[in-house]
Amino acid sequence: MQHILSAQHIVKRYATHTALDDVSLDIPAQSIFGLLGPNGAGKTSLIRIINQITGPDSGSVLFEGQPLSPKHVEQIGYLPEERGLYKKMEVGEQALYLAQLKGMPKAEAKKKLKEWFQKFEIDAWWHKKVEELSKGMQQKIQFIVTVLHEPKLLILDEPFSGFDPINANLIKNEILKLKEQGSTILFSTHNMGSVEELCDYIALINKSKKILDGPVKQIRKEHRSNTFEIEFTGNMMAFTNSLWTFGKLGEHKMDGENGKAQVVLTPGTSPNQLIESILPVAQIHSFREIIPSMNDIFISKVNEGNPLGTQSNFTE
Amino acid sequence: MHKILLIIKREYLSRVKKKSFIIMTILGPILMAGIMVVPIWLAMQKSDKQKVEVIDESYLFKDLIPEKDMIHFDYPPITLDQAIKGFYDTDYDAILWIPHNMIEGGKAIKIFYKKQLGIGSEEYIGTTLGKMLHDVILAKNKVDLNLIKSAEQYSKFNVITEKLETTGKSEKTNTGLFMGIGLGAGILIYVFIFLYGVQVMRGVMEEKTNRIVEVILSSVKPFELMMGKIIGVALVGLTQFLLWVILTTTLYSVAGITLLKDLDMKQVQKKEEVYTIGADLKYTDMKKIEKPNIVTEVMNDFKSVNMVEIFFTFLFYFLFGYLMYSALFAAVGAAVDNEADTQQFMMPITIPLILSFVVAQAIIQNPESQMAFWFSIIPLTSPIVMMVRMPFGVPDWQLALSMALLLLGFVITTWLAGRIYRTGILMYGKKVSWKELGKWLFYKG
Repeated sequence: MQHILSAQHIVKRYATHTALDDVSLDIPAQSIFGLLGPNGAGKTSLIRIINQITGPDSGSVLFEGQPLSPKHVEQIGYLPEERGLYKKMEVGEQALYLAQLKGMPKAEAKKKLKEWFQKFEIDAWWHKKVEELSKGMQQKIQFIVTVLHEPKLLILDEPFSGFDPINANLIKNEILKLKEQGSTILFSTHNMGSVEELCDYIALINKSKKILDGPVKQIRKEHRSNTFEIEFTGNMMAFTNSLWTFGKLGEHKMDGENGKAQVVLTPGTSPNQLIESILPVAQIHSFREIIPSMNDIFISKVNEGNPLGTQSNFTE
Repeated sequence: MHKILLIIKREYLSRVKKKSFIIMTILGPILMAGIMVVPIWLAMQKSDKQKVEVIDESYLFKDLIPEKDMIHFDYPPITLDQAIKGFYDTDYDAILWIPHNMIEGGKAIKIFYKKQLGIGSEEYIGTTLGKMLHDVILAKNKVDLNLIKSAEQYSKFNVITEKLETTGKSEKTNTGLFMGIGLGAGILIYVFIFLYGVQVMRGVMEEKTNRIVEVILSSVKPFELMMGKIIGVALVGLTQFLLWVILTTTLYSVAGITLLKDLDMKQVQKKEEVYTIGADLKYTDMKKIEKPNIVTEVMNDFKSVNMVEIFFTFLFYFLFGYLMYSALFAAVGAAVDNEADTQQFMMPITIPLILSFVVAQAIIQNPESQMAFWFSIIPLTSPIVMMVRMPFGVPDWQLALSMALLLLGFVITTWLAGRIYRTGILMYGKKVSWKELGKWLFYKG
């Protein structure tokens, strides 16, 4: 598989702590790659190294197989989490300036900007000062500036923060469109819903170390816990007894005759065996396997590495 | 290189287009011209004449005290008691009482007033009466007053200083002019460093608090951003300075010429005033010895200063002094999150600046002293102190050493500042200590 970016054994130390401890990443071309991790895990440090804002203490980064160098700046677009614009500058002028810093010729940048401004229906803002715009409006400008030079690799750090649902959707669609057009997106977020929706691959970083990576579908499959949710009509007591040694009852509730229960299969038992044993005592309405959400995986993985970590809360 | 030009352009244009820049550019020369012209203008304004009634019990001064623009003297034939009693019925502003024993050493005259006469008028009365009394005493003792006057006249002389070169050539020098040029150049550098260094600091802080800096740093190196800003601001300063010079000279020459003409006429008239003391004593303004025109004399003195050399050394110290200090200011701006936190880091930057300014005033008295030497060699103080020394002549080796050290100082401080800058600019919400800054110096890029 062709990797657009490959980080190898990155170590970054600061005076008092290690931000990245032997982290390796391979980002396949034309994919959306989710970089996940709790606050302070080292995501921003890694992103800054990829952007050549800082350098690693050891390890190397390859861009399309070549060691990362200043000429790659023009192939990368970066939307940082902490982002802002010059408040007193006019929107158009500022966007032009930032595009030129990315190496675009002025005339071309202007033409492309006009196109984007039309697409987002914000032509009228060209001569406005940034301080006159709302936060959401500023975010739109920042997004445009990030993608304007059509970078091969887009690094988006919490791209949806500050957007209302309508605009977040607009941005999401643009991201998908960019992927179709051949861009690769490195996507850092805490919003697990959007990870499931958008990402093809993820890497999870906790406490400076990579603790998990791979394709999203595969990871979710691997993290199945053999848990099934069963909806039925019948008697709860009878239902519980019928499970016998095939499974262990988890969360459950009864609403009159109607029950809903989660059952964890005993290893070595097949779902069919479980159904067979329930059939005599209850009417089954639905039977489905619970595939863990990214949120669950995130929390359980992070807590594994956390000595104080207790049970995760269901928060979906 | 292309990117740093873009940054310089933005830094320059965004400042020059600001309203405050345009206002300051217009207001500055008006203020400066004002400072020069207004006092002259004020001096020429006729204020209400102060009327003073003189009760002269010594009978020495009756009708003789020369009047000045703003003082008028009357000599009513009444006693002091009468004058005091009736004071508020008259329109006199003050009563001047001269005791009868004035000539035997009366020691004191008295001024009673409704309205204070002002320091100028009081001093005028004091010195004028003193001079007159002096002449009267001499005359009373049969001393030839004219002899005294001519002795005074001929015992006045100028001190001419000439620098003797090794070639045997000598040049006339004007110490006052040297002081003026040296201090002027020093002050200019001082003001420029302060004014625009702080602007660099503000600009860096703006980028940091706006959070735009991370976007920019994904395109350019921190050092390029820092230098772009420093150079851009320097160009703004030079532009403003140039505009001020042009506008001020224009304003000053337009406003000044008309006013000065008026003033010159008045001074000429004043000089011709002649007054008499007693019946037989003539007191004449005797300054009749030809005095060369002051303007041509100063022009001649200017020729004795190597203006070309001074101009180029000025440019050098002006530029590198500013570059060195503004790199430090940029580092401070990067290290803090808000203006209030800048204080602790500003201190060590401002101390050498203020110190060199204070030292400059001492050095001007003795430009060849040890202190002058050391302060004009050490990079942090040399930009100001060396400029003060320049007009008096500085040995070539000292100048070369000072310049070389300043260049070295510039490279070192910029390197240090660059390292603090690139770490600090991405550090949020952390109160930074000196120790922390020290650590930043050793982080790997």
